[in-house]
Amino acid sequence: MATYLERFGGNPGRSGHRLSVAAGRAVYEARETVAEFFGAPDPLRVIFTPNATYAINLALRGLLGPGDRVVTSSVEHNSVMRPLRALEKEGVDVVVARCDAAAALDPAELARAVTPGTKLVVLTHASNVTGTILPVAEAAEIARRAGALFLLDAAQTAGYLPIDVARMGIDLLAFTGHKALQGPSGTGGLILGQEVEAEALRPLCHGGTGSASESEEQPAVLPDKYEAGTLNAVGLAGLRAGIEHLTTVGLEAVRGREEALAEALREGLADVADVALYGPAEAARRTPVVSIGLPGRRLADVALRLDEEYGVLARVGLQCAPACHRTLGTFPEGTIRLSPGLNTTREEIDHTVAAIREIASA
Amino acid sequence: MSEAYGVVLFFTTSSAIRGEKVAKRQGLRVKLIPTPRQLSSDCGMALRFAWRDADDVRRCLEEAGVENDGLHRI
Repeated sequence: MATYLERFGGNPGRSGHRLSVAAGRAVYEARETVAEFFGAPDPLRVIFTPNATYAINLALRGLLGPGDRVVTSSVEHNSVMRPLRALEKEGVDVVVARCDAAAALDPAELARAVTPGTKLVVLTHASNVTGTILPVAEAAEIARRAGALFLLDAAQTAGYLPIDVARMGIDLLAFTGHKALQGPSGTGGLILGQEVEAEALRPLCHGGTGSASESEEQPAVLPDKYEAGTLNAVGLAGLRAGIEHLTTVGLEAVRGREEALAEALREGLADVADVALYGPAEAARRTPVVSIGLPGRRLADVALRLDEEYGVLARVGLQCAPACHRTLGTFPEGTIRLSPGLNTTREEIDHTVAAIREIASA
Repeated sequence: MSEAYGVVLFFTTSSAIRGEKVAKRQGLRVKLIPTPRQLSSDCGMALRFAWRDADDVRRCLEEAGVENDGLHRI
């Protein structure tokens, strides 16, 4: 990103001068890196967006219209639920498959909801509240059998769990750069699988692309059809660097490390009286987020004490996922969510457990 | 006598950059330049090459599956 700001700084694809070309190359390299990382069929099927929410909106609004049927789960983030509820008011039939109290989705439950004629199945790869991993392989197969497309929201898993669009039968993959991919905020994208025809997906935004400038109509070619307006080229240079770093460290090493930290955190907290832990017990069924409750306590106060007195920064409340909290039975109070990351240490985990023990026993 | 050049036109910047990458990998001398006005009113970029390399350029773009709007002599 520093190199981009110091040496390029041009607008990708808006001119043929050297800085614009350099900026265009920076974006294209990011496109190739992302395509390779997710097993995309073609770098030009990587559509860059400001975040996962935009990517999800592009997919949902681009594909669905009045009379269409879409199936989702009861643990979705509002980045999926809100556009779906808005589309519902416009005549889209929205069906929600129930997850259990650990936020897990039984494939049989999903299969019952995905009747023939369903246009789209949209699922989060893992709950952002409990970390519960949803059955992606089964969901892709269920969607395929019903003739529906499958959209996966990988905001919680891209850069943590391996994702291969072609191999896993994912038709549309929405991702964000600023989480496990180690990129900056303001980066994300939608990857279109080979089954998705560009004619079938309407753009969310129209405007300049640097291509087909003689026309006042949006060009039909990928990726320009969906990338109107100046891209976040400096951010995308950072996203590429983040993914390259991740690839150097190795996804498996990242997972091993973060899973061990999350397990240490869960084990430590399981010993603290009154602490409720959410999500499935087995580590392999979760991403490294730990959601806790403290019955009888105001969680916002607990989180404030964790921050001010112990330097522990947690996300408290509903985490933009009211549907998930209703499923868990934690609505409206929510939970305190702790998320060990790539740079979290074992000492910080022990410190966090000790802090919560002190607060809980006071 | 000055050398004859050609340009490849593309539908998107992404394809232009990809074309440049593919051609350079084949050792071809190419350069991204603003699209010549006589060829297109487009504000985008085109890939310039020595016209004597036209067959090689065409072949390497085809092999890599890089979508383009043809090779044009300038």
